[in-house]
Amino acid sequence: MIELLSTHPIAAAILALGLLALAFGGILGFASIKFKVEGDPIVEQIDNLLPQTQCGQCGHPGCRPYAEGIANGEAINKCPPGGQATVDALAGLLGVDAPALDAGEAEDADIPKVAYIREDECIGCTKCIQACPMDAILGAAKQMHTVIVDECTGCDLCVEPCPVDCIEMRPIETTVKTWHWEKPNISWASESTSTPNIIATDKLTPNDAQKPSKDDRAA
Amino acid sequence: MTAANLQAGNPQLIATDEERTLFTIPGGVHPPENKQQSLNSPIVAAPLPGKVILPLSQHIGAPSLPIVRVGDHVLTGQLIAEGDGYVSLPVHASVSGTIVAIEEHPLPHASGLSDLCIIIESDGKDASIPMQERPDYRNQSAKSLLDIIREAGIAGMGGAGFPAAVKLNPRAGCSIEHLIINGTECEPYITADDILMQERAQDIVAGVELLSKILGEPKDVVIGIEDNKPEAIATMRETVKNTPIQVAVFPTKYPSGGEKQLIQILTGKEVPSGELPSSIGVVVQNVATAYACYRAVRYGEPFISRITTVVGEALAEQRNVEVRLGTPLSDLLTFNRVNEKKLSRLIMGGPMMGFALHSAEVPVVKTTNCLIAPTKKEMPPSPPALACIRCGLCAEACPASLLPQQLYWYARSEDHEKLESHHLFDCIECGACSFVCPSNIPLVQYYRSAKGKIKQQEIEKEKADRSRQRFEFRQERIARAEAEKEAKRKARQQAALEAKQKLAEAKAAAEQHSEATQQANSDDAITNALAKTQTKTTDPKEQQAKLERAVQSAEGRLQKASARLVESQQHTPDKNDKFAAQVKQAEVRLTDAKKKLNDFLTSTNFSTNTSGTSSTQTQEAQNEADKDKERLRLEKAINSAMNSIEKTQARLAEADDEKREKFEKQLNAAQERLQKAETKLAEFMNQLETTAAQEKLQTLQPATVDAQPEPDTPMDAASAAIARAQAKASARASMSEEEKLKEQIDGLTKRLSKAEEKLAAAIEEGSDKQEALSLGVEKLKIKLQQAQQQLEDA
Ligand code: SF4
Ligand code: SF4
Ligand code: SF4
Ligand code: SF4
Repeated sequence: MIELLSTHPIAAAILALGLLALAFGGILGFASIKFKVEGDPIVEQIDNLLPQTQCGQCGHPGCRPYAEGIANGEAINKCPPGGQATVDALAGLLGVDAPALDAGEAEDADIPKVAYIREDECIGCTKCIQACPMDAILGAAKQMHTVIVDECTGCDLCVEPCPVDCIEMRPIETTVKTWHWEKPNISWASESTSTPNIIATDKLTPNDAQKPSKDDRAA
Repeated sequence: MTAANLQAGNPQLIATDEERTLFTIPGGVHPPENKQQSLNSPIVAAPLPGKVILPLSQHIGAPSLPIVRVGDHVLTGQLIAEGDGYVSLPVHASVSGTIVAIEEHPLPHASGLSDLCIIIESDGKDASIPMQERPDYRNQSAKSLLDIIREAGIAGMGGAGFPAAVKLNPRAGCSIEHLIINGTECEPYITADDILMQERAQDIVAGVELLSKILGEPKDVVIGIEDNKPEAIATMRETVKNTPIQVAVFPTKYPSGGEKQLIQILTGKEVPSGELPSSIGVVVQNVATAYACYRAVRYGEPFISRITTVVGEALAEQRNVEVRLGTPLSDLLTFNRVNEKKLSRLIMGGPMMGFALHSAEVPVVKTTNCLIAPTKKEMPPSPPALACIRCGLCAEACPASLLPQQLYWYARSEDHEKLESHHLFDCIECGACSFVCPSNIPLVQYYRSAKGKIKQQEIEKEKADRSRQRFEFRQERIARAEAEKEAKRKARQQAALEAKQKLAEAKAAAEQHSEATQQANSDDAITNALAKTQTKTTDPKEQQAKLERAVQSAEGRLQKASARLVESQQHTPDKNDKFAAQVKQAEVRLTDAKKKLNDFLTSTNFSTNTSGTSSTQTQEAQNEADKDKERLRLEKAINSAMNSIEKTQARLAEADDEKREKFEKQLNAAQERLQKAETKLAEFMNQLETTAAQEKLQTLQPATVDAQPEPDTPMDAASAAIARAQAKASARASMSEEEKLKEQIDGLTKRLSKAEEKLAAAIEEGSDKQEALSLGVEKLKIKLQQAQQQLEDA
């Protein structure tokens, strides 16, 4: 056998390659069964980027259906609650140019809001409970209803069904806990910085000149 | 030292003072110290404030919960708010007086935002609660000492205000080897710890011993002080003699006082990124915290006052002041004779890490170690920022061995992934990089903003995940409910089918007695009814109400829209078009709704007129449902009896002679049961048919046998109606007029009483069926009267 192969190098090469091909084919086939990924990972990834407001403004009954829609080639700029940031993130994921957000009439879509029920006007009709995709409204027939602020995504869907118009959307206020520093707004031309609140400016004190401030390097 | 060394972050030996080896940290800067001006006078007690403002979150962790009410009178040191959970702290009244408000008040916070504060108006007496002295505190357990510290409300006094008791109680599994007391005070201007060490060394050392006891006497207890505080060092060295406590002195460099930096200097260990010092066996506390802990344990003093450096050239007096927590800063400024004209801004904390305040009306809080009131010359506003020249000075200055320039670029482009991979969260916001930057770029502000945004995004992500879960759960629940409903409907249909079969049998029997013509007639009626029921399944009343509502809401919308239009015409003419369009839309909707309502009214008028009384029918449907239930119950009984018979028979076959007798008995009993149940069912069905027939009869009495449709009864009720109509046909044939009437009256009275009961129940519950029910009762009464009349006539 060995002799035969050594006398026919071409045949030997073909044989070797053929065997290798068979072996790798087998491994790949096995792997494709063994490590099969359940579900459509791209839909998962898209769904992860959507804000999960479940508001339906994209024309789908929730964020996941829209994710499926995008996976099937729908436009990526239809989610007003996500804002431009979501469009950009989706564009990044899918490797396409980011179109401008198609916000429709909702001009102030990117201000986060929560629903607020004016409780003495509520007649306890339970209509809003049925409308809320988040189960974020608490109440019972003929009882006053209220919104669980932490669970409300601000999707707006409970406002329309209320027969006495006692639900309004209120912007979420910044508190000391949620506040954070703004990015310094610097125009590079000549304008001074918009007086950043950070100090660290005493380097311009008169005695700064005498005291070397960067002597760490010098030392 | 070289830059490469700094980058690698290798701690280097810098000195060996007589007792311990010291290490160095990378980077660091030497800003002008400006410490002397506030060290010229001893600690002065500030006068009692007229009112104090005590925020409910002066510490890291959950805000405290107030336990007093507006109008309450409180004494100095009295508990006014409790800690809410483990990582939280209580708040004590810092003066005696009356609670005048618990409301939002601006905080000493970079944002200038407000938060809940308890405001006390002092009565000027400073009457204190009795303080519990504990001369024997050394005999107490670590646990009870920790409780005392927690209840005294002590927060870390140097930095962010982490509850001291939490830090002193490291997670199980962390064995603490080093207790480091931070007397570094590396930031310019601040001298509060320096002067405290000079004047109150005894209490500090007692406090350090106390903390060491709580931590189980770690083998290394050291007080770290920078070498620019010779007096404090001398006093402390003197005081720690004869104790196992060391005083370590190291060269002045900003920011040696950062927790991680100090650990590195004193132990040579680095705290891993994202971990707490306790993970490498170190606990760091500030000297002022140690002092406060001792005062709380030994003398029972809650944390109601602190030493604050009040400094700046706009003040006539620059000194350290012992001040009650909650004192408005304006009081402090007045006390130190501020020259308002020269004051350029107010800074809380040091010049490197502090922040500018928005107003002087904010209070001193647990973490206020310094208040700077500089003149414009002393601290000019930041010069304009220029473009980064990539000089790399910032990287050399960074004590955390980060690459500030890179971080800056990524923060500008908001590339959060890159920021995190460049360890943004290891930045201690010391400001060294901004300090050295020749282009005056406010680097730290970029990092702070980026950190804030990343954290916010994380929170949002978390919320989105939770929302997704809730939404999916809700979908599932709805699907399940639907499936259950479907299953129930199927079961009902099945039951109806069975009943129909039985009735078919009955019909076969009835056929022998009844006339063929009648049969045909009612059959017609039945098909009619069926057809109509199929086409109309909603209650016309409900539909009408819905449409009326639609009209109303459309009207409301129209009004609103036109109001808006009018308003906009006055104020914002540019939006006119939009509003006008809205009005138009609302109008269209209104006409639409009105038209629908009209259509509906004309179409239903006819059927409502002819179709008898819908409310009675509802009631009938309900009665029927009851009957259905009863029948189901009986059928079940039969089934179970049959089952047991089968079982017993099976067992009988298997059993030997001895047991056979017993089983035979059982079998007999079961068969008996079966018979009984069957007769009962038969009886019940009979009864059902006759009453149903009667009821149907009276609705149909007006001459023709043309059965009326029941628009609101579902399909299976319709098939029941078929059966009833058929039964009625046969029953009618065999009854005399008088008998019929009597039975009818009987039935009616029964139904009336039932209806009244239901009505009462509905009224009690306040159910919205109430109206329909009362209508039904009314109708029943009228019918009953009519029937009685008829009977009398007959
Ligand atoms: S528009 Fe609303 S439902 Fe659609 S993806 Fe955005 S948040 Fe989700
Ligand atoms: S409460 Fe209203 S706005 Fe909030 S999630 Fe529910 S339906 Fe949407
Ligand atoms: S110090 Fe300033 S100018 Fe120099 S590299 Fe850093 S950010 Fe750029
Ligand atoms: S602020 Fe952050 S990046 Fe700048 S020097 Fe300090 S630790 Fe380094």
